[in-house]
Amino acid sequence: MKTLMEEATRFLFFTGKGGVGKTSVSCAVAVGLADSGKKVLLISTDPASNLDEVLETKLSSTPTAVANVANLHAMNINPVKAAEEYRRRMIDPYKGVLPDESIKQMEEQLSGACTVEIAGFNEFSKFIGLKEASIEYDHLILDTAPTGHTLRLLNLPSAWSDFIASNKASSSCLGPLSGLKEQQHLYQAVVDELKNPKQTTLVLVSRPEKMSLDEAARASGELGLLGLNNQRLVINGVFKTSSEDEIAKAFALTSALAMQNVPDEIKHLDKTIINFRSQGVVGIEALRNMLDDKTHAPELKVIAKLKEELSEALKNTCKWSEFMSSLENDGSGVIMTMGKGGVGKTTVAAMITVELASRGHKVLLSTTDPAAHIAKVIKTEIANLSIDKIDPKIETRKYVESVLKENREKLSREDMELLEEEMRSPCIEEIAVFKAFAQTVAKGENQFIVLDTAPTGHTLLLLDATESYHRQVAKSTDNMSDDVKELLPRIRDPKFTKLVIISLAEATPTHEAEALQVDLQRAGINPFGWVINRNFAVSGSKDPLICAKGFHELTFINETANKLSKRTVVLPWMVNISEDSINGRK
Amino acid sequence: MKIEIYDPPMCCSSGVCGTTVDKKLVEFASVLKTLSSSGVVVRRFNMSQEPQAFVANPNVKKLLAEKGQSALPFIFVDDELKWSGEIPSAAEILKTFKLDQKAQPNKKSSCCGGDGCC
Repeated sequence: MKTLMEEATRFLFFTGKGGVGKTSVSCAVAVGLADSGKKVLLISTDPASNLDEVLETKLSSTPTAVANVANLHAMNINPVKAAEEYRRRMIDPYKGVLPDESIKQMEEQLSGACTVEIAGFNEFSKFIGLKEASIEYDHLILDTAPTGHTLRLLNLPSAWSDFIASNKASSSCLGPLSGLKEQQHLYQAVVDELKNPKQTTLVLVSRPEKMSLDEAARASGELGLLGLNNQRLVINGVFKTSSEDEIAKAFALTSALAMQNVPDEIKHLDKTIINFRSQGVVGIEALRNMLDDKTHAPELKVIAKLKEELSEALKNTCKWSEFMSSLENDGSGVIMTMGKGGVGKTTVAAMITVELASRGHKVLLSTTDPAAHIAKVIKTEIANLSIDKIDPKIETRKYVESVLKENREKLSREDMELLEEEMRSPCIEEIAVFKAFAQTVAKGENQFIVLDTAPTGHTLLLLDATESYHRQVAKSTDNMSDDVKELLPRIRDPKFTKLVIISLAEATPTHEAEALQVDLQRAGINPFGWVINRNFAVSGSKDPLICAKGFHELTFINETANKLSKRTVVLPWMVNISEDSINGRK
Repeated sequence: MKIEIYDPPMCCSSGVCGTTVDKKLVEFASVLKTLSSSGVVVRRFNMSQEPQAFVANPNVKKLLAEKGQSALPFIFVDDELKWSGEIPSAAEILKTFKLDQKAQPNKKSSCCGGDGCC
């Protein structure tokens, strides 16, 4: 932590899947730098930001002084809100001037995913590209959204710059963002800052777990290609023990093995190691303790306390086998696991798939996770089980190729050139993924489809896109496929689609999952149930530190089972959860 | 000569933003490119992107108030409303501008965009 702060550049980007402790680490660094007398601005671009909770300060979309920390300001950029404001700014002046019908249509078009993406990027680019917007701060720290989202945000500058530069015909899909060309200089300035190693550090945050480190390596490579080469690695939550307890030993071994096998791509990076903590980091005091790497030794009586209160906490939960029985009741349909990145959506989706297959059902597992770990996870061939991927990049390529092929015969060379230019538009990916998603869901008529979705922000955008496309379908005379037309009613039908929310018994993941549930309910979707993943509380451990963590989990198990979910399963923390447990070798 | 197009609010003018591509729009965009390279002044406004243009032109504003959005696009040739409510075919446009449809692609396929001097 010390060197990370001593060598801090002006801009610090924290990236990593949700649940790795990005928020804690970036907040701790922000507090540390501020305590050392530097003026710091901390920015979150996550629509589900919990910065307020962690910093114990009510924040807004402009820099707000953080209570009890001199020199620290923080702000939340909510890209969804920013898009809404942009929409109002663009359209309101024309209300009553242009026909109502046109106004409605314009609003519809500015409600898409593209607008949200750009609006978010646009908000934070001011602070990076415009010197006067942030001149009073020594450091700008960005606690970004989960990796997939971060990558796309960071990917934007060069994509957009290239796009603008090569966009000769004025007829492209820049669509809602006509102001973009005027912003070109600003975005270029942002790209230059990001690529400047003296100005920008990319901090990859990971848990000491293989999958988490693989993800960090992937992000490192991908962002390295975009020119962000000043990178550091933070490994958060390293557990060491001298205990003889099986679970504690296994957990420590998991940490140690992961530390020994840091992927080659990120091995050479400067590393910061943060020890395991049994409680979530909430509040300034906790953040300062984290900086000093202070941990409190747990009291022995916590073991008895956990035992006492566990059965009460589990009263309103059900067993995995019961949960699976109600899940298989309708004989076919779509099962989706949802939750923030890093909670184990992929793992649980794979567990559900394997269990359904072993109960004799025909199952297809499909993943939209851009990282697509799933093929790595299920290694064994299982009867009735097949796997496919919705990889946004591949889907986009497939879509572009099919459109070009369909038109090649019919259009002149010039028309083709123009079409190809249009197909380079950033909206195309949304459309391509949407089409693939619709096709997969349609296959759920006579078998089970298990979908593990990408992180929350992405998932919501996808559903949002689904909805607005659906609305457009009703209006348009486009000859659209039945898959697409039937998608939203299918997702809303609880007999056809069952949504399983995955969370962890920790503050942030629980509250993020709750926010996700609220959003789903607003879209007319009621989750089937919740799976609380990786609980030390039910792992059977007798180690004080593990039990302290387990005891801390009970608060969130209670909250989930009693307040949030009508059907809750509590899964134990397991060794090598990624391979053995999924493949039924418990 | 001059052609001005006032499009309805569209995400993009080639139609690739839908789940299927509207070939008519792609063809139209291409014809406009041809016109432009033949020296015709081409100006195209999409209501989603440039609502200001619809308000600034009194003619357009009036037409829009009278006929409503379904009358879009308005296509003016030398300030006269030539087409409304639909996209004309490539042949129709080229005829209006007295351009030979066949000549265009041939011309373009030469490496220096014209008289064959490479």
